[in-house]
Amino acid sequence: MSTPGDVAGEGWPLYEVFVRANRGLSHVHVGSLHAPDDDMALRNARDLYTRRNEGVSVWVVRSSAITTSDPDLKGAFFESPAGKNYRHAKYYEKSAEVPHL
Amino acid sequence: MNAQLNDAELAESAKAAPAAPTSARRDAASIAALHDAEAADVHGDVSVDDVHLAAELAGADASATASADVAEYAMRLGDDALILSQRLGWWISRAPELEEDMALANIALDLLGHARSLLHYAGTASARTEDDLAYWRDEHEFRCAWLFEQPNGDFAHTIARGLIAAIWMQELYTALSRSTDASLAAIAAKAVKEVAYHRDHAVQWTLRLAGGTEESRARMLVGLTDLWPYIDELFRDDELHDRLGDIAPRPSSLRAGFDEVWSAVLAEAEIAEADFVNPKIGQSSGGGRFGNHSTHLGPLLAEMQVLARRHPGATW
Repeated sequence: MSTPGDVAGEGWPLYEVFVRANRGLSHVHVGSLHAPDDDMALRNARDLYTRRNEGVSVWVVRSSAITTSDPDLKGAFFESPAGKNYRHAKYYEKSAEVPHL
Repeated sequence: MNAQLNDAELAESAKAAPAAPTSARRDAASIAALHDAEAADVHGDVSVDDVHLAAELAGADASATASADVAEYAMRLGDDALILSQRLGWWISRAPELEEDMALANIALDLLGHARSLLHYAGTASARTEDDLAYWRDEHEFRCAWLFEQPNGDFAHTIARGLIAAIWMQELYTALSRSTDASLAAIAAKAVKEVAYHRDHAVQWTLRLAGGTEESRARMLVGLTDLWPYIDELFRDDELHDRLGDIAPRPSSLRAGFDEVWSAVLAEAEIAEADFVNPKIGQSSGGGRFGNHSTHLGPLLAEMQVLARRHPGATW
């Protein structure tokens, strides 16, 4: 499967960048960049995506290492849960006999 | 209605949010409300607009006034940073990749920040502003060392110059952060963290160019050949340092620390000094600290100063 955003003929491979804004939060995808290798990708990410104190931690990963869902299979992938209300806790009646649930 | 609430009332109403129910009869809505209340407590007020801008100029006290000797010293370091920053700015839009454009521009802006703080402080001795010093001094009044005025050359030249500059600056600012002059110490303490990154950038590229292709290694060696003669000038003591005493480290005292890092980087890049040192060329007699400059500074200043001089007082 091709990697979104990866253009043939680019000299440097594409990386995806994840930044964690604060302790206790998750890393969030912020964008992508090109770099000659992993170490330089981390440094480029620092230069490109943490210019205004956005982060305390940065992850980079080669875009080609990410397996993505296929946009054309949206129906099969993401519409199946519709109507399956039993997957929500709210669907169930709480038993009056059971405390502390 | 909400629009009429002032901030204090909003804060009150937030505190009055329903307490967590303790019975087992929690429904989804009350759980959601509970989560909202907890989120509000944990994170407090969050606003994307409310950015606190740091002070633009580093220094213990904006009203501190430098003595003539301290001003001369600050001007030397400020000019090193200013001229190297101006050189690096040329790379914007010309670097090998967009990402490298940003890296070099970041370094240039860090250096411009150091230059502003140092020249502002230097100017306090003669009632001149940082802009007066940057734009209205002529070539012989600049105090930068020759290393910083050397042309960008190719990317390898820029990296070789940056490597020497950053190793030296890190030794310098580490020592200067212990200065008995509070303003110099504060400026150095801020600069040293940024310079550490500049050094890392130059080291990473030195390793990659030296260990890359035959072409990249050859260019790295030419860069080192051309910039190596400008090292010694950085470490020459003169009478100013005698007078400054504990206010500033003697340049010669920084040499051992520089050599240690320099040798380690070259060893890791598998470069011997014999690979790039031209035996026919010794160390330059560069007199930048006394206003005697290489032929490269004049054109740089002409470009840097033309706008301010052609249109005095221009703002945009």
